[in-house]
Amino acid sequence: MSDFSTVIASPWGSALAITGMMLVTFLCRIAGVVLMSHVRITPRLERGLRALPGSIILATILPVALDAGWPALVALGTAVAVMATTRIDVLSLAAGLGALSVIRALL
Amino acid sequence: MSSSPRPFLSLAGLRYGARAALPAFPGFIMFAAAFGTAAAQKGLSLAEAMGLSVFVYAGASQMVALEIWQKVWTPSTILTLMTVTAVVNSRMILLGATLQPWLRHEPAARSALNLFLLTEAGWLIGTRYHNEGGRDVGVLLGTGLILWVVWQVATVIGYFVGALVPQPRAFGLDMVMPIFFSIMLVPLWKGARPAIPWLVAGIVSFVTHALVPGYGYIVAGALAGVIAGMLIE
Repeated sequence: MSDFSTVIASPWGSALAITGMMLVTFLCRIAGVVLMSHVRITPRLERGLRALPGSIILATILPVALDAGWPALVALGTAVAVMATTRIDVLSLAAGLGALSVIRALL
Repeated sequence: MSSSPRPFLSLAGLRYGARAALPAFPGFIMFAAAFGTAAAQKGLSLAEAMGLSVFVYAGASQMVALEIWQKVWTPSTILTLMTVTAVVNSRMILLGATLQPWLRHEPAARSALNLFLLTEAGWLIGTRYHNEGGRDVGVLLGTGLILWVVWQVATVIGYFVGALVPQPRAFGLDMVMPIFFSIMLVPLWKGARPAIPWLVAGIVSFVTHALVPGYGYIVAGALAGVIAGMLIE
């Protein structure tokens, strides 16, 4: 055990820390696929999973956008509006960023 | 479900995926460059910063790792780091769960690579393609590979150059990921009713964010959305 503590305290400790993080993260990455291959996907579960992409998006951006204030919300609205009309993702991104820069330049 | 074509992998799919990943580039570049800069300021060696970007490859957990990074490690600090990483990255379990039907017949080694490269942005691009009826696993892999490369290059640049743009806020670049995410919402839209769980997810996430520090709000909101989806007929 004392040998292990010596190694961990040496520069090898960083390598161990990164390895540990990699293992845990990889487990998170594969766990969903492994779990679902052992679970019968009922219609109810399928409905829940179908709601996931939109739910992840809202859960990720809503707190950030509300914290950033109304200019951020206008930028998101602009990007969504351009995407809904043109369906060109790169253009929509540029429109969102452009709207935000213009508002911030004027404020 | 059974009428959908069987998954396969093609070179054309890899190319399509790499191209489809383009709108995620600005967000990846900004985030990885910010991580590289923060890592350099925190005193990490280039090898340590790159080790995190190459092998962990998960932005939020890399940033959190910087908060608890040690000059001298002990078993307990490494365990803390691993626990925090698991909490921050637990949302990836959900992403993987939705990919299972697509990857079901794939060879395990290829799925392992595909999942090692799994990110929210790549998953959203892949999900959009899959929802449109595509089954080429190459698209998922192509997106994953190109985004991983972008992440590495931007980490190195951030480490040496510091901030890429002097005033990222002036160009709205602090919001580049949220804007990209909101764009990916549009092809998912199938009317107001299927979007009710999204609203639930947003509200739960916002409340969690206000009450609990850290990144737990994403997985809390996402889970609430899935549960709402299961409950609504």
